[in-house]
Amino acid sequence: MTEQRDRAPLDGTDRRLIVATQDGLPLCARPYHALAETLGLPPEEVMARLRRMLETGIIRRMGAVPNHYRLGFRANGMSVWDVADDAVTELGPHIGALDFVSHCYRRPRHLPVWPYNLFAMVHGRSRAEVEDKVNAIAQDLGSAARAHDVLYSTRLLKKTGLRLVA
Amino acid sequence: MDAMDRKIINALQGGFPVSETPFAEAAARLDMTEDELIDRLRRLCDEGQLSRFGPMYNAERLGGAVTLAAMAVPDERIEAVAAQVNAHPEVAHNYARAHDFNMWFVVAAEQPRRIPTVLAEIAAETGLPVYDMPKLDEYYVGLRFEL
Repeated sequence: MTEQRDRAPLDGTDRRLIVATQDGLPLCARPYHALAETLGLPPEEVMARLRRMLETGIIRRMGAVPNHYRLGFRANGMSVWDVADDAVTELGPHIGALDFVSHCYRRPRHLPVWPYNLFAMVHGRSRAEVEDKVNAIAQDLGSAARAHDVLYSTRLLKKTGLRLVA
Repeated sequence: MDAMDRKIINALQGGFPVSETPFAEAAARLDMTEDELIDRLRRLCDEGQLSRFGPMYNAERLGGAVTLAAMAVPDERIEAVAAQVNAHPEVAHNYARAHDFNMWFVVAAEQPRRIPTVLAEIAAETGLPVYDMPKLDEYYVGLRFEL
């Protein structure tokens, strides 16, 4: 099944604002005023809409979006764990809170070929650094993790990002 | 990249103000001038250390649906299958990974019902099973790199 969450409704103005900002804010002293001028909206409305999207989680956060590869974090391992269903809800947030874990999700198993239900993406400057971090997760999970594996990315086959079109 | 660049990246991966002069406010907290902060951010974006500076949108909250899908592709077919998978505009990222399940891609669509359709199309086109692994719970998203 696909994911679908309860969502705050976005109107046409929100969509215009998203399209205008998904590549970043204008880097000038009054960026929201510059956006407002481009969009033909009052600056107060632009700021109010952005604040609302921050509050409702449509915007995860506002600021610098690092290119981890260019910053030297060249190894990324998708660690996957088979954690008992009755333990994963408690342990998942704990693993997600580790500072080297970028994404942490519970996903469905596909038995017998895929027993893993907890995914934690780990980034490091080297594969050895990723391995150390995976070992730290293994220690944290202890006997709750019945098996795990690490899938290193070998090649980026496509990256267009998730985008709205105007 | 110098110490000040690292300080900016560490401090500004979130919490940038929504206000009339946000760079001035952020710069004051970082003990630098507004112009210096803007100049450095411009350079970090131009040189690619930052992908961008601004809002990070939660894709599936934009009114669509997202899933992660995995396939086990015979090695000699990787290129051909990648081309078939990537031809779908709904495929946003696709990574080769070292594992029996060697192709992992994200499918995003504004219409949630498109997702099972796209996965079924890929299975039919390639003759290979496509494993749908949507997230059931999210425990954390948002790497904050410490430099």
